[in-house]
Amino acid sequence: MDDGERVRVTTDGRPPRMAEAPVVYIISAILLGSAFVALLWVPSYAKLTPDFEGIPFFYWYSLAWLFINAICQGIAYLLLVVMPRRRRGLRP
Amino acid sequence: MKFDGVAFAIFVILFVFVTVVGFAAVRWRRAERLNSLDQWGLGGRSFGGFVTWFLLGGDLYTAYTFIAVPGAMYALGAVSGWFAVAYTILVWPIVFILMPRLWSVSHKHGFVTPADFVTARFGSRYLGLAIAATGILALMPYIALQLVGIQSVLQVMGLGSGTGLVQDLPLIIAFVLLAAFTYTSGLRAPALIAFVKDTLIYIVVIAAVVYIPIKLGGYDKIFAAVAGHAKTVAAAAAAKHTAPTFALLPSAKSYWAYATLALGSAMALFMYPHAVTGVLASKRRETIRRNTVFLPLYSLMLAFIALLGFMAIAAGIHTTNSRLAAPLLFQQMFPSWFAGVAFAAVAIGALVPAGIMSIAAANLFTRNIYRDFFRPAASPAEEAQVSRLASLVVKFGALAFVLGINTQNAINLQLLGGIWILQTFPAVAIGLYTRWMHRWGLILGWLAGMTYGTVTAYGVSTPTVAHFAGSTAPIPGLGQAGYIALTALVLNLGVGVVVTAVLRAVARRTVGVDATQPDDYVVDLPGTTVAPTFELAGTEGRRQTI
Repeated sequence: MDDGERVRVTTDGRPPRMAEAPVVYIISAILLGSAFVALLWVPSYAKLTPDFEGIPFFYWYSLAWLFINAICQGIAYLLLVVMPRRRRGLRP
Repeated sequence: MKFDGVAFAIFVILFVFVTVVGFAAVRWRRAERLNSLDQWGLGGRSFGGFVTWFLLGGDLYTAYTFIAVPGAMYALGAVSGWFAVAYTILVWPIVFILMPRLWSVSHKHGFVTPADFVTARFGSRYLGLAIAATGILALMPYIALQLVGIQSVLQVMGLGSGTGLVQDLPLIIAFVLLAAFTYTSGLRAPALIAFVKDTLIYIVVIAAVVYIPIKLGGYDKIFAAVAGHAKTVAAAAAAKHTAPTFALLPSAKSYWAYATLALGSAMALFMYPHAVTGVLASKRRETIRRNTVFLPLYSLMLAFIALLGFMAIAAGIHTTNSRLAAPLLFQQMFPSWFAGVAFAAVAIGALVPAGIMSIAAANLFTRNIYRDFFRPAASPAEEAQVSRLASLVVKFGALAFVLGINTQNAINLQLLGGIWILQTFPAVAIGLYTRWMHRWGLILGWLAGMTYGTVTAYGVSTPTVAHFAGSTAPIPGLGQAGYIALTALVLNLGVGVVVTAVLRAVARRTVGVDATQPDDYVVDLPGTTVAPTFELAGTEGRRQTI
């Protein structure tokens, strides 16, 4: 990538975009934190039913969170990386 | 076990191919000279998104995945086995949050190891020494687990049933080859082999999760068989008035164990120096974040592989040695030639991480022990040479673990390493955000956590294994079993905070010098970029001693 088109911004030690867009940070935190709540709250899903084609709930629910989490990370990536880049008119 | 000629021939062909690739790797993305730690140990910090994906995913796909996790599912069921799925999901948000900052500050200052960062951040080479020593120690059982993985497939192929040297000869040959190409090619070797390895693994896993369930009558039949098995085990245990050893679901007594094993392992993985190596070798900061969106594909494969343990139960495989469960399943279900491919995938899948791990441990020794304490003026070429030699020593240290610890419950080898490496979390991970913690607070906290963790793990015993038999113990004050690593981390943080508060009140001037600037942590951040100025020579603060 071309370094010439970048702008130097002083951060004052704060995460630079947190001040710019706190909402983005809060949404990202929720997106990234949801899998922890879902998977560490074990009693909520340590069950046999409802099963999926004979696979107990406990197992398919874990796998479902694998996909949900990946999607959440994708959205967080768009919010935190791709969008700020676009805003500053840099190549995505 | 009977010697299987066809499987063995395929195994040898693939293994030789990989060895050739390993030696040829020295020419890949050829640098002008390989004699600096940046080149030998970080592949020139030149890897783009695609290679980084393989390198980071490769940290998950080890013998742990193929041998330890199915073995635990086979022998113990949901709590000790399936937690690995939750763990490998939760690890990616943690990487997403922490690792870009570590990449930036390391890129700016030329850090090669997490201990380099800690030394500069807290102005204490003794704290750096503690972090480095922990990294080397924690990698030993993890590398040992890779050896156990290779041993397991050799055993199922009918090798290694002789006595003495003959028994260990195939393992020794594999190991010497690994040592040789890591020595010559550095990180380029495992990075290039990772392509071959993961391609093989994807083929084997997809074949296994489609073909084996068809032969067994579908996933519903498999789970029905496992449920039946769980009842049998429970009935047998009730007759003997002992706790059942196998669980289809976590019970009220094991919720904490399941959650703490998952969270503790997830927090621990990217504290391992070899995982950090994969991060630092990438060319750009946001490569890591973009990768975390696609890396869960590795977690999905791990989940499928975990289910191989249940398939082994459904297929009626009987072994008292649970680490053989997956290889035996391959042998029973696949034709010989494909079993050979599967065995090669497992063995090569153990070799690549073992290479990356030994490089990471060697880098720790070179940077944070040899250079910081004995040869502050070491040249980059000297560092690279010392690392090469240290990588050999490390591999033989791992051999000692294989001989010294019961390897049957192989997953415990990885969990044991996790207990130690997680004690570096306050300095490395929290240190990325704040240096409020006092260096002595961190050192004393680390000492408390390491001592508690080691003593407690040593005390875990089963009727057959006297020490280091497991990685969970009752959490004091809670009465529930939990992963020792997290309990030790809580103690570690508690001691650290108290000591910090006291020292900040009475001895302000001992806080130490921070060689990093706030802006260093966002180097190469898109949009608000501070131009990266990469300095190869260490950090200004590292000679600041306690």
